[in-house]
Amino acid sequence: MPKRDDIHSILVIGSGPIVIGQAAEFDYAGTQACIALKEEGYRVILVNSNPATIMTDTEMADVVYIEPLTIEFVSRIIRKERPDAILPTLGGQTGLNLAVELANSGILDECGVKILGTKLSAIEQAEDRELFRSLMNELGEPVPDSEIIHSLGEANAFVERVGFPVIVRPAFTLGGTGGGICTDQKELEEIVAGGLKSSPVNQCLLEKSIAGFKEIEYEVMRDANDNSIVVCNMENFDPVGIHTGDSIVVAPSQTLSDREYQLLRNASLKIIRALKIEGGCNVQLALDPDSFRYYVIEVNPRVSRSSALASKATGYPIAKLAAKIAVGLTLDEMMNPVTGKTYACFEPALDYIVTKIPRWPFDKFESANRTLGTQMKATGEVMAIGRSFEESIQKAIRSLEAGVYSLFLPNIEQVEGTVLEKRIKKAGDERLFYLAEAIRRGTSIEVLHEWSKIDLFFLKKLEKIIHFELSLENKRFDPDTALEAKKLGFSDKRIAEIWNSEEKDVRKWRTSCGIRPVYKMVDTCAAEFESGTPYFYSTYEEENESLRTERESVVVLGSGPIRIGQGIEFDYATVHCVKAIKEAGYEAIIINSNPETVSTDFSISDKLYFEPLTIEDVMNVIDLEKPKGVIVQFGGQTAINLANKLQENGVYILGTSLEAMDMAEDRDKFEYCMKNLEIPQPEGSTAMSVEEAVAIAAKIGYPVLVRPSYVLGGRAMEIVEKEEELIHYMKNAVKINPEHPVLIDRYLTGNEIEVDAISDGETVLIPGIMEHIERAGVHSGDSIAVYPPQNLSEEILKKLVDYTIKLAKGLEIKGLLNIQFVIANGEVYVLEVNPRSSRTVPFLSKITNIPMAKIAAKVILGQKLAEQGYGTGLVQAKEGVYVKVPVFSFAKLHEVDITLGPEMKSTGEVMGKDHTIEKALYKGLIAAGMKIKDYGTVLLTVADKDKDEAMLLARRFANIGYNIVSTGGTAKYLENANIKVKAVSKIGSGDYDVLDVIRSGEAQMVINTLTRGKQPERDGFRIRRESVENGIPCLTSLDTAEAILRVIESMTFSAEAMDHAKATKKKEMAFR
Amino acid sequence: MKRQLILEDGTIFLGEGFGSEVSKLGEIVFNTGMTGYQEILSDPSYCGQIVTLTYPLIGNYGINHDDFESINPAVSALVVKEVAEFPSNWRCGLSLDEYLLKKGIPGISGIDTRKLTKIIRTYGTLKAAVCSAEENPKDVLARLAASNLRNDQVKQVSTKSAYPSPGRGRRIVIVDFGMKHGILRELNDRNCDCIVVPYNVTAEEIMNLDPDGIMLSNGPGDPKDVPEAIEMIKGIIGKVPLFGICLGHQLFALASGADTVKMKFGHRGSNHPVKDLKSGKVAITAQNHGYTVDGASIAGTDLEVTHLALNDGSIEGLSHKTAPAFTVQYHPEASPGPEDAAGLFDRFLEMVETEREEADYAKA
Repeated sequence: MPKRDDIHSILVIGSGPIVIGQAAEFDYAGTQACIALKEEGYRVILVNSNPATIMTDTEMADVVYIEPLTIEFVSRIIRKERPDAILPTLGGQTGLNLAVELANSGILDECGVKILGTKLSAIEQAEDRELFRSLMNELGEPVPDSEIIHSLGEANAFVERVGFPVIVRPAFTLGGTGGGICTDQKELEEIVAGGLKSSPVNQCLLEKSIAGFKEIEYEVMRDANDNSIVVCNMENFDPVGIHTGDSIVVAPSQTLSDREYQLLRNASLKIIRALKIEGGCNVQLALDPDSFRYYVIEVNPRVSRSSALASKATGYPIAKLAAKIAVGLTLDEMMNPVTGKTYACFEPALDYIVTKIPRWPFDKFESANRTLGTQMKATGEVMAIGRSFEESIQKAIRSLEAGVYSLFLPNIEQVEGTVLEKRIKKAGDERLFYLAEAIRRGTSIEVLHEWSKIDLFFLKKLEKIIHFELSLENKRFDPDTALEAKKLGFSDKRIAEIWNSEEKDVRKWRTSCGIRPVYKMVDTCAAEFESGTPYFYSTYEEENESLRTERESVVVLGSGPIRIGQGIEFDYATVHCVKAIKEAGYEAIIINSNPETVSTDFSISDKLYFEPLTIEDVMNVIDLEKPKGVIVQFGGQTAINLANKLQENGVYILGTSLEAMDMAEDRDKFEYCMKNLEIPQPEGSTAMSVEEAVAIAAKIGYPVLVRPSYVLGGRAMEIVEKEEELIHYMKNAVKINPEHPVLIDRYLTGNEIEVDAISDGETVLIPGIMEHIERAGVHSGDSIAVYPPQNLSEEILKKLVDYTIKLAKGLEIKGLLNIQFVIANGEVYVLEVNPRSSRTVPFLSKITNIPMAKIAAKVILGQKLAEQGYGTGLVQAKEGVYVKVPVFSFAKLHEVDITLGPEMKSTGEVMGKDHTIEKALYKGLIAAGMKIKDYGTVLLTVADKDKDEAMLLARRFANIGYNIVSTGGTAKYLENANIKVKAVSKIGSGDYDVLDVIRSGEAQMVINTLTRGKQPERDGFRIRRESVENGIPCLTSLDTAEAILRVIESMTFSAEAMDHAKATKKKEMAFR
Repeated sequence: MKRQLILEDGTIFLGEGFGSEVSKLGEIVFNTGMTGYQEILSDPSYCGQIVTLTYPLIGNYGINHDDFESINPAVSALVVKEVAEFPSNWRCGLSLDEYLLKKGIPGISGIDTRKLTKIIRTYGTLKAAVCSAEENPKDVLARLAASNLRNDQVKQVSTKSAYPSPGRGRRIVIVDFGMKHGILRELNDRNCDCIVVPYNVTAEEIMNLDPDGIMLSNGPGDPKDVPEAIEMIKGIIGKVPLFGICLGHQLFALASGADTVKMKFGHRGSNHPVKDLKSGKVAITAQNHGYTVDGASIAGTDLEVTHLALNDGSIEGLSHKTAPAFTVQYHPEASPGPEDAAGLFDRFLEMVETEREEADYAKA
């Protein structure tokens, strides 16, 4: 069927900020969709609140809006743009939910906007548990015994009928927020209460648990002509019971016979046909490991994280084709973009095995509960491709960049046997390594199967890897054994460990023996048809298919899995860098391991190597490609960390030299450099031992900022107020020794400023300066950033520009740099310089329309800024105000303290822009998911040192009609200041304590700076967590609170009584 | 044990042997299906062929009691990247290694099957040998050059004598050119009263069985190697409803005056899209054929093209303009592969039903 010509313009809804459960995969999907729709000649209007996305680049769509994804704002866009149609199925659950809301609000009918792709009725049928269950019954497709419940009473009745264990799944949430498995009454009460709260429709599905079944997924597509295909099936290594986003997943399925495969395929196709899906869809099934019995678990009627994985695993671009299906094209008339010769209506055949492992944030959130269940906790994932399972999973492990390079977790040998057993029975993020250790200790795989229910096939493979470690031990530097090890995916680093050798020596010896990988193509068809896809993975076999071309090439290192501190912003910069390299006439080669991203779309670069970002795997590609050089400054700390070893291997680092980078990152060199440049920095020094640390702190005076050198996202960084805290930190938070020094700096309270600049050594272009709302001490990634600065004098601005230029030149930067300053006592101090692309590059690029990453990449390749038309200095600020607001995923991570501090905790960000700071902030906060009410109640509990400041805020809240609720000390303090306050009792004392204020919904906002710290038993911690669990904004920085207050103040008319009439105060009201 | 795979173009692959240790010559082909090795191995259409599976992990779920497509596998040898040492599935009875050993079929693993597949794709199917690593490749190549591949595969795999597979429904005579059990199973599932007859049955012998319909089965090799079947088919077209699959389809085309040609490397796998020209819909089908009906030869015959392969436009389905007869190149019985086309059996039986009713009406 030809494409629709009754529509000309299409509104595409993005997925908003990165949160757990909804990551970069929707930038990939949305970008593909925009390209596809433009290809077909439609006018594309895009709306997304997340600036750190490729899809919001102005060249991706005809019109781009970076606005909050709410009915209010999107309706305005619809009224203004009058699109003919809307495409809701590519923006994740956020986009889908918004489309449903828009339809329900009547705006789509009002403006005559058609809905493309799958009908909303079908979406509802797939997502509403009750409708879905009745459809499955109609189709004769089995679903686990279950019941929709709206109260604990109904839950109890269900459990009485079917017994424990049961699974709780809240309706209409993403990443399974609020769900879980209950094995007893206590868990049932807890999880059901949480689940009902997190469901926007106050509804949960209770389901008889089928934990232990095989979890199988089918990625299916259907067009309007009813052609239906399976793009990929996947098998979870972890059986049913763990959210698929938190499971290790392999593609294709490994333990299913053809009959089982076809049984589930038939069921999946039957379901999408019944739902009349037009586009992509994900079907999750549970298969009894001991019979043909199966259940349909759930259906996602849209592109998803799994479809991104399936696209990268097969090469088949699901989102792109789904977008084309949505405008009426059918699968049999579209070409398969990979082969270019065959049609899209076929089922990819793989001739390799793909493994996905999630990346969890537990390295950052040490106190978090690490057990895995139905609620997703991972922030990102890695994928690896191999010709054996062993190779595939070992490559995936070292792609994690979690300090593991094999099935061996450092220090695991010290774990007690009982703990080992416990960790295998109840899955956590490190179960894979506990399984390996148990095998090492001689536990049989049959026992491990009993404990974990993981299929013996996979356990046997793990056993093979572990047993091979022994063979390696016995045959040091034996070429045949080494080759066998490489075929099983062993890293040089692991082999070196086993051989008591050095990684570089193993590598040298290995290559001298001619043991080198070959590269195979991902072509969707198992080599049946000739294909030109430049998409490769390494393996140890005979034929190499990746041929070096005559063109000079440049290698770009990606940023690996999305994690806190290294998000989608770095993929954004990577993609721009690739584009610049292509424009400069070089062959652009990218190496990356993250299946969710735009950068791993094979159509972005000239060549894509889907490989782990370790020195070994990167060097293997470089040995083959012999590029002009490698660009490391766009791939975050991942790439930067490889620079040193690359240079040792004789690789040319393009852009800022290694020496220059070292000057910025090495404490002493940096200090020396700052002295020479006469740029002040907070007093500080490097400590190699605990004693030294104490001495330094005593000299410079508390509070001090402590952190290990070379870290990402402020990991393990803390503000320490006194000596005993310092000693505690030194002994517990970091390993300190001469190889791992700790930096100790004077902590300056003041305004934090962030600057991104591009330098070519002669010209220093400063696209913009940002001012943080939160004072220094809150990680820049967790701060609200404002562009342009609102509170800086001309003199300070001048100084900032002057220092930036001096720094860029003094540090011999070639490319991008990011600087953080603090303004204290009227003086500008430099806090740190990052000689690389930063989190704010996409934000600033979008605002200023200066494609910073691209310009920097061209500088790196030798084109001067002057040649590109740019001069030195600060670019004149754009009109309006732009704010970047961080977004957190605390609701997904229990037992994590949400207090903002030097360690980064946010997972994503949104942008708000408007004519005034208040309006921009309003939009930013709304886009970040906060509900701002112009009246209500605020719960204020603050530490003693914050009381003065909090009092001022309280007065302002009271002035606009907010009620104030406080506990003991704070309440008394406010009363003394003549502020009306309702006092409530502390936790555990009284019938209605401070937690009840939160639980009952009395307070709409919580401001809490009490007892910072990670110990869950503390009151402050419990108040903060209670807010999160109840979905009430909790502000831990008075600066954030002040900013929100300003917004509310700007929304309301003041209600100041006439001077003499104090008595009328009671009637004070706020008007919108 | 070290074994080698030698192709007639001189390419040598070294690998590990599994299954039987005998040496075998044959035509080497590849199949891209990711599951279904048990069905592939026991599909008689692979008679005399060395089968390469492009999916690298083979044998994961072992060999079970149920999923055979014939009693004795006719495949010459099996080439894989990795053979599972430890199969895991609730129905698993034997490992692949044990099964091949039992059936006297050699297997070779550790092969860069992607490289091999690309060679076959580029040069077309070619002769190959699986033998011990100790054999001198020159001798093996000479043997390969001198050997003529057998052309009596149908005779080898067809039943020697007729046998019934009773049911209470319509009587279907299945001509066994190397029938997959799946065909019989599909018909039995529909209550048919089946009689399976050898490939060299005459039209008269078939008609004496008083069939309500005739099924021409799949089978190995070149359809032109079984001229007696072509003659037989000429004698039954128009007499009772006829349905042909794979080799049966090609024989039907030849009997109707069309021609068949050898393909470069054929279609073997579970992901082949086929377009129904009438409905415009595409089915994903299982296929296994090295010959195809020549599109140019259709003109002037009583045949009508009903299905085309989406990718290369080759003929996938025919029907007779006047007689109740239709055939497909692909496998509606699946096993292994998608079951999208299973409805063709129903269509056949509807045709049988209609014809029978008309015949009964005419009689009355």
